[in-house]
Amino acid sequence: MRGEQEMKNRPAAKIQSGFLRTIVYIAAILTVGVLACIIGYILIKGIPNLSLDLFSLEYTSENVSLFPAMVNTVTMTLLSLVISVPLGVFSAIYLVEYAKRGNKLVSVVRVTAETLTGIPSIVYGLFGFLFFVTAFGWGYSMLAGSLTLVIMVLPVIMRSTEEALKAVPDSYREGSFGLGAGKLRTVFRIVLPSAVPGILAGVILAVGRIVGETAALIYTAGTVAQIPGTLMSSGRTLAVHMYALWSEGINTNQSYATAVVLLVVVVLLNAASSAIAKRISKG
Amino acid sequence: MGKFKEKFMQGVFMFSACVSILAVALICIFLFANGIPAMQEIGIFKFLGGTRWRPGNDIYGILPMILGSIYVTAGALIIGVPIGILTAIFMTRFCPDKLYRILKPAVDLLAGIPSVVYGFFGLMVIVPIIRDAFGVSGTSMLAASIVLGIMILPTIINLSESAIRAVPESYYEGSLALGATHERSVFKCVVPAAKSGIFAGIILGVGRAIGETMAVIMVAGNQAIMPQGLTTGVRTMTANIVLEMGYATDLHREALIATAVVLFVFILIINLSFSLIKRKSGQN
Repeated sequence: MRGEQEMKNRPAAKIQSGFLRTIVYIAAILTVGVLACIIGYILIKGIPNLSLDLFSLEYTSENVSLFPAMVNTVTMTLLSLVISVPLGVFSAIYLVEYAKRGNKLVSVVRVTAETLTGIPSIVYGLFGFLFFVTAFGWGYSMLAGSLTLVIMVLPVIMRSTEEALKAVPDSYREGSFGLGAGKLRTVFRIVLPSAVPGILAGVILAVGRIVGETAALIYTAGTVAQIPGTLMSSGRTLAVHMYALWSEGINTNQSYATAVVLLVVVVLLNAASSAIAKRISKG
Repeated sequence: MGKFKEKFMQGVFMFSACVSILAVALICIFLFANGIPAMQEIGIFKFLGGTRWRPGNDIYGILPMILGSIYVTAGALIIGVPIGILTAIFMTRFCPDKLYRILKPAVDLLAGIPSVVYGFFGLMVIVPIIRDAFGVSGTSMLAASIVLGIMILPTIINLSESAIRAVPESYYEGSLALGATHERSVFKCVVPAAKSGIFAGIILGVGRAIGETMAVIMVAGNQAIMPQGLTTGVRTMTANIVLEMGYATDLHREALIATAVVLFVFILIINLSFSLIKRKSGQN
């Protein structure tokens, strides 16, 4: 109470406090306001544009269907995950379970993974273009695109798996060894199952990056608007579809609709990841 | 048999761990091997310091793009950093629990929105506002800065938040005990103690902004000339690559790869300073 009384005697302090409080509130309102604006704007403008035409099986310049792009997004995501999840999980297993303390390799892997995290997606795209598309001679293809994405999301999966494995109590491992199980058996039967939620959180994060990615795919997977017959042909994902619509300069309404679909996917992914996070903090 | 399996799987795990090393090595090799010769052919100073980019006449100066990237990033920081840090302060020290449960997912959602959607929003909302306000075309440095400023918000908020949370409660209590108000304690005692963590967040934000491509292309105007002012168009290094890679051949193509090399070096420097600062803040 004395503090308050003193404050009354010091109007300057009161004004300062009030000012600081105000700017903090304004900043928070701005942050939420911007998000609300973006989502509200996209939904209001986009939902009326969602027509049945947009979901036709074939893309033509008349219907500007986004259905092929949706299928491609799913294919691209699955293909990238099939490779990046085992790679990421296995590297994390090596780092946490196998590598000895002070192992040189571990610190090199950490540094490179951190480097990968910071590389902008356009640099990945250019690398994929030079390596998979040109050097391997694959041309613009789903495979080239997804392998580029594999490198991009690898550190995400590695990082979250590592955290998850570290969080498994040592007593689990000791118990398993004590019962006579080998190292491999312990890792796959005991440690990995208890780390599943953490790994899943990383996978969802990776899916989010894949779905939203554009710059890394334009020059690796290309921009063909159809469902490709094989993995060696070009196909564009939803995000690339949106970019392509912009660069063609017409079809703004379809862009709105595509943005709605992308937003819905992102919101669902976020909901899934927070549900998992809740489970982890409980469990 | 069992022993063989153990050894074999250990090899598999180790190989997987090496994939990220391999990836970084390959990225470096392919970028540098394709980009450095072009720089030499053009002349390194002509390339980095040249103010004109005219692929048609074989003139390749990327100074306009380097400056474009730097200006746009600086603009993003001016907008994103104060709002981000203040929001983080609100979330840690001013926010009731119930509100936090809404705010935190909101920030995560902001991080999850794809960059094309940001770009599209910028194009449809922010660009027209600038067009009407200044009587210009609208796609401009200002528009790009605003969009990027929004995009780096979640990075800065999340890192600042965890930095502020890591400050021991005794700092705040000590300040209160000395008669400072809640606001004064937070701003003069807690936040300064979280300085290096917040700074790390800003650096990560710089990396995000300078590497962002799609959103910038859609709102920046992309004129390959020296930046003229806030309300005129700029082209960033990332935009340069995406816009011209589709049809570039020979030296032009290599010059674009060399642009990526410059961008890559920027990113490596940013990464390095980030990990140095993070290590420092870990020690304290």
